[in-house]
This record gives sequence, C-alpha cells and structure tokens, in this order.
Amino acid sequence: MINTFVILLLFQLVGEVAAHGFGLPIPGPVIGMLLLLLYLMVKQGAAEKLAPTAHGLLRHLSILFVPAGVGVMLHGQRIADEWLPIVAALVLSTVLGMVVTALTVKWLQK
Amino acid sequence: MTPDFTSIWVYLSTSPLLWLTATLLAYQFALGLHARAKASPLVNPVMIAVVILVTLLALTNTPYRNYFEGAQFVHFLLGPATVALAIPLYQQLAKLRRHWFAFLAGTLVGSTAAVAAAMGIAWLLGASPAVVLSLAPKSVTTPIAMGIAEKIGGLPSLTAVMVIVTGIVGASLAQFFMRIIKIRDDSICGFAMGVTAHGLGTARAFQVSAEMGAFAGLAMGMTGVLTAVLLPLALKLFGVI
Repeated sequence: MINTFVILLLFQLVGEVAAHGFGLPIPGPVIGMLLLLLYLMVKQGAAEKLAPTAHGLLRHLSILFVPAGVGVMLHGQRIADEWLPIVAALVLSTVLGMVVTALTVKWLQK
Repeated sequence: MTPDFTSIWVYLSTSPLLWLTATLLAYQFALGLHARAKASPLVNPVMIAVVILVTLLALTNTPYRNYFEGAQFVHFLLGPATVALAIPLYQQLAKLRRHWFAFLAGTLVGSTAAVAAAMGIAWLLGASPAVVLSLAPKSVTTPIAMGIAEKIGGLPSLTAVMVIVTGIVGASLAQFFMRIIKIRDDSICGFAMGVTAHGLGTARAFQVSAEMGAFAGLAMGMTGVLTAVLLPLALKLFGVI
C-alpha cells in the first residue's frame, strides 16, 4: 500500500513540475496519469502490483468531491438569485452531452 | 466541576480534526442512506453529505475557510486518485487501441455540445455574465475547471460548485438515458459519463463495473486536456472574452 502511494505521489509530483515548469494549461495530476500509463506499458507486471490499492482508492472517489462541494455555501445568494438558468443549463447540457457523446462513439465504432 | 463547553468548542472548531471527522461521518451516513435506497442513483451520497455539512456549518456559524482546513486532507487525495486512473486504463488498453478515433471524436463532439448548451441556455434564461462564464468549464474535473474559469473570467469557486452539481446530475441520470438511447456497451456508457460528468461520473461508473469506470476515467482525462486547450481559444474566437 505504501509502495503504491509512493508511486502515485511521485508521478503526481513529476506531473506538477512539468505543468508549472512548461506553463502547461493541463493540471499536474492529469500529466502524472498519462506518464504512469506510459510507465505501465513499458514495465510488465507493474499494473498488477499497483491494482489493489489503486482500486481501493478509486472505489471511494466520490468522497473526495465533498469538501469542494461544501463550497456551495460561499455562493448561496448568487445561486438563489439565478437558480433557474443555472439548474436548466446544468441538467439539459449534461444530458445532451452524454447522449451526443455516446451516439458519436457508437456510430464511429461500427 | 463542569467542563467548559465553549472553550472546548473554540479549540475544536479551529483544529483540522473536527471537520475532517465530520466530513467522513457525513459521507458514511450518506452511504448508508444510499444503500437503504437500494443504491438508487438519485440518492447521491455526495449531494447528501454536502447538504448535511452545509447545514452543520450554518448552524454553528462556521466559515467555509475553517471547515476546509480540516477537509483539505480529503480534498488533497483528488491528485493521487487522478494519477491512479492510469491503472484501470492500462487494463483496457486493447479496446482503447482498437477504437481510439471514435473515442477522440466522441470527446470533441460531446464536450462541445455540453459547453455550448450550458452557456446558451444560461444566457437565454437571463443569467449574469459571471455565471455564464463560470458554467463553461463545468464538465471538467474540479482542478482543471477552476484553472479554466480563472483564465476566461469566471469565478473559480462558483465553477467548482457547478462542476460538482454537474457531476451529481450526470452520475444520477446517465444509466437512465443510456437505456433510452439503447447503449448497452459498458465502455461507451462509461465514456459518456466521463466526458460530461468527470470524476463523479467516474466514481459512479466504477460502482457498476471496472470497464465502465476505466473508460469514464479515460474520458475525464481527455475532456480535461482538450477543454483546457480549446475552450479559451474558442471563446476568444467568438469574441466572448
């Protein structure tokens, strides 16, 4: 478990250094994810070692969004004033985006 | 001797322990409700936990800043968890290689549709410019979205809220709408959830199957990268910013 965490943090660190060093608009963890994917492709058997802890962490991915979500309290007034456009925009655009993505992928896979 | 509750409260309310524990407890309680509702996607654990915590903070007059001092330990794990997405992705590499063009095109078309619809609907219904711009990056994972919001003149902390609400909406409605348009393939369903509902969609997808989760994680990464690069350019091109 410690081993997996060390690897995850190291790749995140390299990603952050790359993002800030080159002024990239992509966040460090996403760069770290892509680099780790390359590493797993090169090093046979590494994925199997990391899998148990990684899957444990990903199973509880939802809770990691709670602290940012509580930030809704900072914008209570604005959201109360503009709740209709906000809710309509969020719900309709999300459903539309999902349907359009799925149909595009399905059509192109044929 | 009676304990001095006020001084205990004053001490605890400024230590990370209290709000870290409260975050975990609220989430655990929300998970319990979710299980009782037979894992109905409409009883979203993140939404319930957020409602509980906001209520608690309001009742105790605790500013968000104090809360976040404790909760940041949970928030921090978003980074390593994003890196960890490489592992399920690696396990789906064969399928990814076979259909890379379909997935790339799906990301571009789907995320463009979501961004355009969000901004268009909000603008038509009379939202303020700050809200319209804060909505633009809402399909992207929180840290990327906040960076984009700053760049295009939205409010990063308002964007974070939009991102979370989008994730909850997407995670809750995805399977229902996939059934309507008859998408039965776990990889396509997961991918659509990742493009529109980022990490929360991915979290939900992992509850259904490892394959769905892996493709959601992939889609989240691709959408994040493409949106971060293309959205500011597109808004400049159309003269919005």
